[in-house]
Amino acid sequence: MSDRKKKSGKPGGTPGPEGVDAPDAGEAHEDSASASASRTDASAVDSTAPEPEGAGGNAESAAVEEAPKSQTVLREILESSTLVVIMAIVASLAIGGILIVFADEQVREAATYFFARPGDTFSAMGDALGSAYSAIFQGAVLNFNADTFAGMIRPFTQTLTMATPLIFAGLGLGIGFRAGLFNIGAQGQLLIGATLGAYVGFAWHLPWGIHLIVAILGCALGGAIWGFIPGFLKARTGAHEVIVTIMLNYIALNLVAWLLTLEAFQREGSDNPITPIVDETAQYPLLLGSGFNLHWGFVLALACAWGVWWLMERSTLGFELRAVGANPHAARTAGMNVSKGYILVMVIAGALAGLAGSAQVLGTEKVLTTATAGSLGFDAITVALLGRSRPVGTIMAAILFGGLRAAGPTLQVQAGLPVDIVFVIQALIVLFIAAPPLVRSIFRLPAPAHEKEVAA
Amino acid sequence: MSAPVVDAPVAQGPGASPAAPRTKSWKASIGLGVTALVSLLVFGLTTPSGVQTTFTIATSSDFVHLPSLTVPAKAAAVTLSLIALALAGYVAFRANQYRKVGIWLPIVFGMAVMGALLAWAGADRSGTTIQLTGLLTSSLFLAVPLVFGSLAGTLCERSGIINIAIEGQLLAGAFLAALLASMMGNAYVGLIAAPIAGGLVGWLLAVFATKYWVNQIVVGVVLNLLVLGLTSFFFSTLMSDNPSLNQPLGLPRVDIPLLSSIPVIGPVLFKQNLLVYIMYAAVIILQIMLFKSRWGLRVRSVGEHPKAADTVGIKVNRTRVRNTVLGGAIAGLGGAFFTVASGLAFGKEMTAGKGYIALAAMILGRWSPKGALAAALLFGFADALRVQLGIIGSDIPSQFLAMTPYLATIFAVAGLVGHSRPPAAEGTPYKK
Repeated sequence: MSDRKKKSGKPGGTPGPEGVDAPDAGEAHEDSASASASRTDASAVDSTAPEPEGAGGNAESAAVEEAPKSQTVLREILESSTLVVIMAIVASLAIGGILIVFADEQVREAATYFFARPGDTFSAMGDALGSAYSAIFQGAVLNFNADTFAGMIRPFTQTLTMATPLIFAGLGLGIGFRAGLFNIGAQGQLLIGATLGAYVGFAWHLPWGIHLIVAILGCALGGAIWGFIPGFLKARTGAHEVIVTIMLNYIALNLVAWLLTLEAFQREGSDNPITPIVDETAQYPLLLGSGFNLHWGFVLALACAWGVWWLMERSTLGFELRAVGANPHAARTAGMNVSKGYILVMVIAGALAGLAGSAQVLGTEKVLTTATAGSLGFDAITVALLGRSRPVGTIMAAILFGGLRAAGPTLQVQAGLPVDIVFVIQALIVLFIAAPPLVRSIFRLPAPAHEKEVAA
Repeated sequence: MSAPVVDAPVAQGPGASPAAPRTKSWKASIGLGVTALVSLLVFGLTTPSGVQTTFTIATSSDFVHLPSLTVPAKAAAVTLSLIALALAGYVAFRANQYRKVGIWLPIVFGMAVMGALLAWAGADRSGTTIQLTGLLTSSLFLAVPLVFGSLAGTLCERSGIINIAIEGQLLAGAFLAALLASMMGNAYVGLIAAPIAGGLVGWLLAVFATKYWVNQIVVGVVLNLLVLGLTSFFFSTLMSDNPSLNQPLGLPRVDIPLLSSIPVIGPVLFKQNLLVYIMYAAVIILQIMLFKSRWGLRVRSVGEHPKAADTVGIKVNRTRVRNTVLGGAIAGLGGAFFTVASGLAFGKEMTAGKGYIALAAMILGRWSPKGALAAALLFGFADALRVQLGIIGSDIPSQFLAMTPYLATIFAVAGLVGHSRPPAAEGTPYKK
């Protein structure tokens, strides 16, 4: 999505009403053709680096990459988008810290006699911040207090477990963003995928191995169906995918809530809206033995990330999808089938979101409820944005947010803070990252030469 | 485009040819016809014959007493469905002549199908009756946040800013209204606090959209997450530590003399609280201002063709920021519905997706205040109906009724029910 926006900064490439575009359409096509040509050149030369060039890895920065390397190394580091990402995380944690301090009972108590003993206030602030940040670290990375090695690394495996569905769904959304589709429907796609997969998991009884594969395919199929609807409507009627996917999220939720009232989906002798546990043959095997929750779904997620990278960077189809995202008019003129592209992207994104559902119903939760999707679909949007829609970035971002998620219970118990602080930090990170100029102005970082083009 | 246009949209998008090809569009007639047939088959023919449905019209406190209306269920359902079918046929007839039908048609059509549904649902339930006035009153009440939300969306999108953050603005409004009203001990303070909170969220959206050119949908989604996180965080810390900061305060009901004693309409429209009266005023004022005033013309020009607006000296980004802040404030006021207007304390995630439904109402209402009102009332009715059918114990799973607003929106944006065209420059940042 951001790629498409970046395009709009270029002369003649403004995506707008077709009427406006018509006069300079030819110009736009040439423009984009040359940009994509330079992009293919760049990626052909630089075949070992799947990661983006510059802030967005878009066509412009590919062209800019050839700029003379007269700048100092330091300057390059300061201008890099990675630094912006790190600074955005720092700024978000700092603002989160202000909230933590503000909400802390002891700080507020000490603040009532601030002028008598200001030191008390500051030490209370330090305590509050220290316990919060150490709780995040202990809950997400390493637990120093554990006796065994397994106990120490358990938080990190928990982080990876939490990250698994985010990787799947984030990858799918990332494909959509790069093809110019803003898919908010991961929530619904995940839920429908989880429903189909869970049904296969508990209602069919297949032999070991086949059962898991069929259940995983069921998840992917369910998500793909739910992704096909907005893709088809977009391609055929021009219905805005944001609206359709938001609506489909709620339809999916109500549909699943209704399904869970049916006998076929309920446990025997129970009226609760919860399905039976999926058969053991349909569950992802555990990756590190029974002591850890981490399952093979994580490995499948990494494999999918590689697959998505290959699809988008190496295959003709991926090139077409990126071209559609960069400039649909130009892509159409070049003989690409834009409608097919929209439908395909949504189907792939839906299937990946469905796989995220499989990480829930076949991996960690093992049952289907209306809460299976949680807020995963919306979190995945932030993951894809933070990862700049690239597979490796998505994995990193998913692990970061998975870590924040995994730290939630520790944060609650050790620091007495509600889990909601995690949402705040997450939202702030994405807000900052979406606006690099803001982060640069906060930290007084120099703006790179092509900043103005990329800032969209 | 055979379905009625709620409001003549501003001048056709720049470059769009005025002599659009005359095509016969059958979408609307097919859509309505299928709905009417379903109504006839399901509600008309499955209703057992020989039983009756009772509609209670007046409540006991009414000035004028009206008797309850008892009709034979099957005959009523069949007749109403046939009326709906005839209306669909009329639309097809008009479409064949390249002509449009008025706004009255979908309204009458909807009433006919809903009447058939109620006759079917209320058939042979000796103990319970369909509370018509109660149904309408709760429809209006449940529509309040949707109306404010979709008005906010209309204001922002008419100036070219996509406002997905309506949900966050509602939630922020609900939160600050509860907080300040509880601190002051006066529910009316909430009505002042709510727009401030919503306006702040709107301001953030506007700054990111116009100054940093961040994709507006991204900012909207993230702001929703941010507001959700912040309000839940303060709810679990500040408010749970001091329950006095989150009290259930309610706005008193204000009966308008004379008007409130009109049968049916009176209790529905004029026995409400102040927020509902503000809503009436907001819809009327914005409808007139957007389409009949110089300010409205400027706003719409910024949303349709910012470059042209800039050329004649309209400050594009300033207009957008002001509109988005104003829109946020209106949505925030709608948020007051959840706390002070309903007499409830603030709760986590209490807006529960109403902001997204408001967005849907805005699209269904085709970016105009009166359309937004109509669509929001429709969604409010669907919600109230769900509650009412739950009470009388209907066979329709409540989940399907809950789905209707969403399905209606998908049909609307997919062009099955008329054509919806957003402002042309929506979502594109303006760069000189």
